[in-house]
Amino acid sequence: MSSVPSVLHLVGNTPLFELTKVTAGLSPQVRVFTKLEGFNPGGSVKDRAALKMVSEGLRTGALTPGKTIIDSTSGNTGIALALVGAVLGYPVELVIPENVSIERKKIIAAYGAKMIFSSPFEGSDGAMRMCRQILHEAPERYFKPDQYFNTANPQAHYETTGPEIWRQTQGQVTHFVAGIGTSGTIMGTSRYLKEQNPQIQIIAVEPDDAFHGLEGLKHMASSIVPGIYHEGELDRKIPVGTEEAYETVYRIGREEGILVGQSSGAALWASLKLAREIESGVIVTLFPDFGDKYLSTNLWVGWKEFDKKQERV
Amino acid sequence: MGARVRIPTPLRRFTGGAEEVSADGVTIAAVVDNLEQRHPGLKERLCDEAGKVRRFVNIFVNGDDIRFLNNLETTIKDGDEVSIVPAIAGG
Repeated sequence: MSSVPSVLHLVGNTPLFELTKVTAGLSPQVRVFTKLEGFNPGGSVKDRAALKMVSEGLRTGALTPGKTIIDSTSGNTGIALALVGAVLGYPVELVIPENVSIERKKIIAAYGAKMIFSSPFEGSDGAMRMCRQILHEAPERYFKPDQYFNTANPQAHYETTGPEIWRQTQGQVTHFVAGIGTSGTIMGTSRYLKEQNPQIQIIAVEPDDAFHGLEGLKHMASSIVPGIYHEGELDRKIPVGTEEAYETVYRIGREEGILVGQSSGAALWASLKLAREIESGVIVTLFPDFGDKYLSTNLWVGWKEFDKKQERV
Repeated sequence: MGARVRIPTPLRRFTGGAEEVSADGVTIAAVVDNLEQRHPGLKERLCDEAGKVRRFVNIFVNGDDIRFLNNLETTIKDGDEVSIVPAIAGG
């Protein structure tokens, strides 16, 4: 029999997908690929970091039986920690801004984790502060993976995402484009890729303004800067507007047959901007998750306007 | 007529850091215009060029989304609480 001993064995090794429709009109020497992270068992790239951070906690003895896993999250890390906790038998508590999508709340609840809601006005920084407060009151009860400061977060990508991209592109990758939430994905992946070939360009995608609708992405200049984030390791940042990212999500659905979330739209918009600027290259980006968790969010408010706009073109 | 308007962190740079400000107006549209007079730059963040509320912006009156009320024409009574809630960033 061929089978998988644990759902945790299904984390990583996601497909590399070549985008061939949304890339129409580009130089034929430019190819654009994306890692489909929605294929992770918890449905997002965060499974990689959550698994690594919890495994490191167990290995170092920071996480022992009787303790509860706690962290602040805007959603996907919460889902991933809830899943890992369920499999390994550790209770999980998550501090989440109250306005995260209803789908996320239901998924987290389905894995048996407890949610504590922070102010919707203060976003993920508010959740981070509230989590610190809870931890401060009873530090002995908890293990906090601390995704914004834990080096096991980028390490997960150094050990998995980076090597997968190198292998899947047979070493031909020239540019890596990824959004910044905690920055774990871009920091860890870029370190591995730069070791293989220092010429590979690392491009971060961030919202063009502090006030934006790109759930999951962080506008660094106006946020608590994650401890794992080192801007000097990036070659470039591309700011993306919310509307442009949303419209790119609709295109990915219609043209490529993949329903994604807003952060994937932002990643592809930036990748296509880059693709139009170069003569040749192999651009790899990453779609952090699929779009089913966002059907109730603003992403799909007024999207029929886009239809009308398309018809006029 | 005055409403209390709750301002999310990313917009507090327009309100001198204040979490809550007051604004006059009998509709949300008027409140937004008044906010712009008092805190220049806010309206552009909330509304597009056509004056419509941007898609990713949620405005609530006493906890109810204006999309399910009367949008910008939703009427405001003295002392109503208007909340501006953004999407969620980061990890």
